[in-house]
Amino acid sequence: MIIQGVALLAFCTLVGAYVGDLIGILIGVKANVGGVGVAMALLIAARYALMKQGRLSEGLKGGVSFWSMMYIPIVVAMAAQQNVVAAVRGGPMVLIAGTLVVAVSFALVRVLGGRSASPGAGS
Amino acid sequence: MIETLEKILLSQGLLAAFVIVGVIMLVSDAVSRTLTRGRIHPSAIAIVIGLCLAYLGGRASGGEKGLADISYFSGVGLLGGAMLRDFAIVATAFEVDIREAGRAGLVGAASILIGVLAPFVLGAGVAHAFGYSDAVSMTTIGAGAVTYIVGPVTGAALGASSDVMALSIATGVLKAVLVMVATPALAPLIGLDNPRSAMIFGGVMGTTSGVTAGLAATDPKLVPYGALTSTFYTGVGCLLGPSALFLAVRAVTGG
Repeated sequence: MIIQGVALLAFCTLVGAYVGDLIGILIGVKANVGGVGVAMALLIAARYALMKQGRLSEGLKGGVSFWSMMYIPIVVAMAAQQNVVAAVRGGPMVLIAGTLVVAVSFALVRVLGGRSASPGAGS
Repeated sequence: MIETLEKILLSQGLLAAFVIVGVIMLVSDAVSRTLTRGRIHPSAIAIVIGLCLAYLGGRASGGEKGLADISYFSGVGLLGGAMLRDFAIVATAFEVDIREAGRAGLVGAASILIGVLAPFVLGAGVAHAFGYSDAVSMTTIGAGAVTYIVGPVTGAALGASSDVMALSIATGVLKAVLVMVATPALAPLIGLDNPRSAMIFGGVMGTTSGVTAGLAATDPKLVPYGALTSTFYTGVGCLLGPSALFLAVRAVTGG
């Protein structure tokens, strides 16, 4: 049933949010720490468990995959509600800091990724 | 007649948002195929259109939530809000290959630490160069260069002034926007084409909105791997910003 997939996904997301908030409180931080990561781990574990028991139905998969395919439209809606005006208005300091940070971060990804060291990378 | 339409758009905002985003995707697809001959991914174009609408919406309403501050488009705020965003990100994990995720575990964790420290140092340095030379302002603006959540959380904890807070948030928003837009173009240069590099990318960039939107426009299969590391980034930033990083800045500046 499709609702089983949606329910499983919602359950994992809620438990993740709860655990993430608890971790935040535990280490004294006003933020959710790793909530989405915990939820993802739960969902992956649930998928393996259901697969072993032979209970991973097409409907259940469909309930989850619908939302994973809605991801890009949701990101577009997210982009449409960013405070772009503030980013533009911030002036030269914001422009320099933001651009510099992003440029250096991209370079860091390349260094840390060590292109040749990753076996999956195309040459 | 107009009033009836207004009432429906207001009370059924989420459905209106589905239509708006559907139209944006359709336009993006056409633009991608005709104007760029498929070279620029439709998602990237859709995100840029979304950002432009956010700018127009912000100018028109004077609010902070872009298009979502215009009442007819408030449903966009629900569709693109934290709840459905996290719901959909978690859903993408269904296809994650855990062996791939495990292989990048250590370098992924290292990338988060480096990814928080580097923008903080750069942000604080630029702040200093522009005359914000007290430890609280430097830390707050540096934290904003981490993400636009770490910035205000740190600034609030340290008691930063409101103009410094605004600069801090603006720096974080600009970072998110630049990551969204630049990732598809720069992906080939930084080897961003496999789960391992996506996890490093998520850890270094950290801004969840920038990372996931940038990866979606590059290769949707990479989204869950980037999200897996970036979800810890803001937490690490909020942990270090008002504590260790502030103490380090104060030790360097002496006040």
